[in-house]
Amino acid sequence: MIRAALKSLLGRKLRLLMSTFAIVLGVAFVTGSLVFSDTLGRSFTALFASTVGDVVVRPVGGTTTQGSPSTQTLPAALVDELAEVPGAARADGNVTAVGVFVVDTDGKVVGGLGPPALGGNWNDAPAGHGLSGLVVQEGREPRREGEVVLDERTAERGGYDVGDTIPFVTSTDRLNLEAELVGVAEFAEGGSLNGATLAQFDTVTAQELFLEGRDVFNDAWVTAEDGVSQEELAARVREVLPEGVEAVTGDDAADESASDLLEAVSFLTTFLLIFAGISLVVGSFLIVNTFSILVAQRSRELALLRALGASTRQVTWSVQLEALVLGLVGSTVGLGLGVLLAQGIRAVTSSFGLDLTGQGLVFEPRTVLAAYAVGVLVTMAAAWLPARRTARIAPVQALRDDVALPEGSMRRRLWAGLALVVGGLAALAAGLFADVPRAGWWVGLGVLAVLLGVAAASPVVSRPFLSAARAAYARVFGAVGNLAGQNGLRNPRRTTATASALMIGLTLACTMAIVGDSAKATVDRSVAESFVGDYVVSSAFGGEFSPAIADRMAEVDGVASVLRERFAFGERDGDGQGVSATDPDTVDDLGLTLVEGTADPLRDGTVVVEESWAEDEGLTVGDTVTLDLPTGEARWEVVGLFEDNPIVFFPLLTTVDTLLDAGFADRDNYVVVDAEDGARGAGLQERLEEVVADSPVVTVKDEAGFAAEQREPIDQLVLMIFALLGLALVIAVLGIVNTLALSVIERTREVGLLRAIGLSRAQLRLMITLESVVIAVLGAVLGTVLGTFFGVALMRALRDEGLDVVSVPVGQLAAFLAVAVVVGVLAAVLPARRAARLDVLRAIATD
Amino acid sequence: MVRGIVSPMTEPAARVRNLTKTYGSGQALVRALDDVSVDLLAGEFTAVMGPSGSGKSTLMHCCAGLDTADSGQVLVGEQDLTTMGDKALTRLRRDEIGFVFQSFNLVPTLTAGENIVLPLSIAGRRPDRRWYDVVVDTVGLRDRLHHKPNELSGGQQQRVAVARALVSRPRIVFADEPTGNLDSRAGAEVLELLRRSVSAPPEEGGGQTVVMVTHDPVAAAYTDRVVFLADGRVVDELRHPDREQVLEVMARMSAPA
Repeated sequence: MIRAALKSLLGRKLRLLMSTFAIVLGVAFVTGSLVFSDTLGRSFTALFASTVGDVVVRPVGGTTTQGSPSTQTLPAALVDELAEVPGAARADGNVTAVGVFVVDTDGKVVGGLGPPALGGNWNDAPAGHGLSGLVVQEGREPRREGEVVLDERTAERGGYDVGDTIPFVTSTDRLNLEAELVGVAEFAEGGSLNGATLAQFDTVTAQELFLEGRDVFNDAWVTAEDGVSQEELAARVREVLPEGVEAVTGDDAADESASDLLEAVSFLTTFLLIFAGISLVVGSFLIVNTFSILVAQRSRELALLRALGASTRQVTWSVQLEALVLGLVGSTVGLGLGVLLAQGIRAVTSSFGLDLTGQGLVFEPRTVLAAYAVGVLVTMAAAWLPARRTARIAPVQALRDDVALPEGSMRRRLWAGLALVVGGLAALAAGLFADVPRAGWWVGLGVLAVLLGVAAASPVVSRPFLSAARAAYARVFGAVGNLAGQNGLRNPRRTTATASALMIGLTLACTMAIVGDSAKATVDRSVAESFVGDYVVSSAFGGEFSPAIADRMAEVDGVASVLRERFAFGERDGDGQGVSATDPDTVDDLGLTLVEGTADPLRDGTVVVEESWAEDEGLTVGDTVTLDLPTGEARWEVVGLFEDNPIVFFPLLTTVDTLLDAGFADRDNYVVVDAEDGARGAGLQERLEEVVADSPVVTVKDEAGFAAEQREPIDQLVLMIFALLGLALVIAVLGIVNTLALSVIERTREVGLLRAIGLSRAQLRLMITLESVVIAVLGAVLGTVLGTFFGVALMRALRDEGLDVVSVPVGQLAAFLAVAVVVGVLAAVLPARRAARLDVLRAIATD
Repeated sequence: MVRGIVSPMTEPAARVRNLTKTYGSGQALVRALDDVSVDLLAGEFTAVMGPSGSGKSTLMHCCAGLDTADSGQVLVGEQDLTTMGDKALTRLRRDEIGFVFQSFNLVPTLTAGENIVLPLSIAGRRPDRRWYDVVVDTVGLRDRLHHKPNELSGGQQQRVAVARALVSRPRIVFADEPTGNLDSRAGAEVLELLRRSVSAPPEEGGGQTVVMVTHDPVAAAYTDRVVFLADGRVVDELRHPDREQVLEVMARMSAPA
């Protein structure tokens, strides 16, 4: 029996190849996701192991919640003291700053604007556990002012060699500086900076640049002597530390940083695994379909086996055995393809700024296990339904001329499908509107259930569509159209299962299109409502920039006034909470509408609070707001409540000096420029741009430009999702190709008959193309309807988050339908050619 | 030695001249057709008989534009099939030739009525209503026209196939073992139908030319003329045969030379 199964498998190499396609792609996606996220994780872990000492000594609150250093520092004397601690081999002070951008030879900032541009001081302190950490590969370390060391990748990206002069742009008071590249450094133990850039100066210069010239450090590393553990050393170090300074082991510090960063990029892994899930669901449809067709085609052969004495079980298992072999073959190929895919993802993310090229791909044994488990299990599970159906083949059917597989009841399918849809809708509603834990899972499973339900019910539900398509085809294309339409109706399960693969991809694409379009519409509206002044100055990703920019802009000819806004983040009851701040004398320019109290004058240590937030928090004028900040708990008096104002980015507004006192660096995030009457447009924007010409990350925008900038990240995200959904589309197209090709094989004799009685090759190709288009359009229509529904539902659920504009991009959805037609035509090319090439005589003679 | 039969009596519907076709090469060379010349006469019901491998099916396939020969000529009307490309052959099959096969004659997704007019609708032509009615009445399937093939018996399916072959008024109808899969009664009905399509008055659906490949002497007895093939050559011919004569020739052919 086993031999019979294997023989039949080998006897159908073409079918084997086609059925494996779906498995290969699904497994490739899983493998790709896993390899990529392992690579990402390894790169982070390796990086952070190399960027901590045995014991890290740092001021409490030394970093803001965003990871940038605060104004809290360690005195140099403390570092000397640490070196004397018993068990300490040495102690080194570190200077760290963010926003030190390297400008490349073309005058552009190196790296994306996402990963940080780090600056600091060079020291040769070894990293924890005796790792070398950063070592100079070429040249030497920086020794005096005007010398700098870059990491190898940054030097390479900037196009610089040792000896070149490197321009920098910083967000500190010193906007621009230049230094000679004296050395190139690299992590000796591996680990990539993931797109971050690193510029290191000698300690005195670094202190001069980033710490106002004080002899202090942002943190310090203490290196353990041989035989002293990190824990022991940390305990001893703690004994000498003054208040407000803490010591953590390097392992803890590395874990902390790595997990912070991994969390920050975990969305990427989640994202990829979601797409792996999508491709597997889509893939399962194809496998079920492929096996159903294969089993149907072999039903006579299976009946013969039964007639010769094979048991039901044996026949069923022979099909499962085929599935097993296919699963193994598919998984193996998919595994290889997945590695290539991971390489592709790595290339794509590096163009987004997450540069992993320094880290080799990480191939964990788990990836192999997962690939085979997924490939084999999904294949066998998907083949189980068709295999079970073989049990119902009666031996006597071997003797009949036309063997039709007994089909399960359509009605049962319809009810099962409807039950799934109802259950899925309930889960979706719970996830979107009710307050359930893990709402994301509810939504995801709800969507999946609805999709599966629709797929299950669609042989019944889609009937009217298929009938209408047949009628339309018959009208337009005559007999050939009628034949094609009839073929679509011949086996509605097969047609709709094939369409379902496309449906899933398009549902998600439509949902994304609506969410993206609505988000952009929301951005446009809120910009239109909130844009005050004539120009805004901002940095990419809301980053900070030097306050000198606002000062200089105030001097520009034609500028009436300049309003600066800066952001700070603290914690309130354990949750992050942002605070806005501005100069007290420019509060008026914000156009605040006070409902209670006064903002004039806004004194240091007081806040005005957004009305709705105050209501949620139960605050009113005269109360005190408490917030955990790097310097400890801040208590600010509420002096006024204002109507929600989109230009005040956070519900709390205080003065610039208040934030400076709280330990935040002197940096602006947002500057609004008011032009003098009539000055607008008269080259004013150009003059303002001149001010920031040396700061490539800072831009000057008018209202339209600002709106466009705000829309850009949404566009990028949507585009990225479309690109990934494109893969689901490819799987779906292959599914259609597969089904059509198998149908052509199955209908060889019919094709022969049609050719014999006068159907031309062109007509035959047209017939198959029309069949393909009907499948594609069915999938697209179902997908568009479901996607629109999901998209609108999602936007309704997000109404409370301020995304209250629901915008349906009709043009885009129409484009999807058009794409579906094209997809249908393309999918038919190969099967149609195959059919047209069939030798008429041989086709007629085929069993 | 009889190399072929060329009858000057009536106008031939198709003429085969020195047709040769071989398969394989060297030791395995098979001469399916070996310099065959034969006229298939208009308005006659001709049977082509011979043992398995005699070349009878190959001859029919070549005459019907389904297969190509190595050398020689096949003329249907004035058209030389051996010089025609796929497009022209397809059009010839559609417009000039009708087919009835042994099995799987109908498109399963179409009703009996749709199957009957299929060659016409593929050509984008409307059936001649009166002729269609004559054909449908002749095959006796008026009450079955809206049924799908799987709702019809084997005999009924084959009658639909005959109707389809007749409806476009082709120059020749080729039938390849049309009764091979039928019981004797259903087979008799189909043969009767083919016979009538040849000999009935034109207004009742007659006047057709039919060529049938068969190995059944009973079937051959319905025809006007039997052409016998052996080893790719025409070896004998009978006019107005009955079952016994046919059996006799067959016995002679299978006897050791």
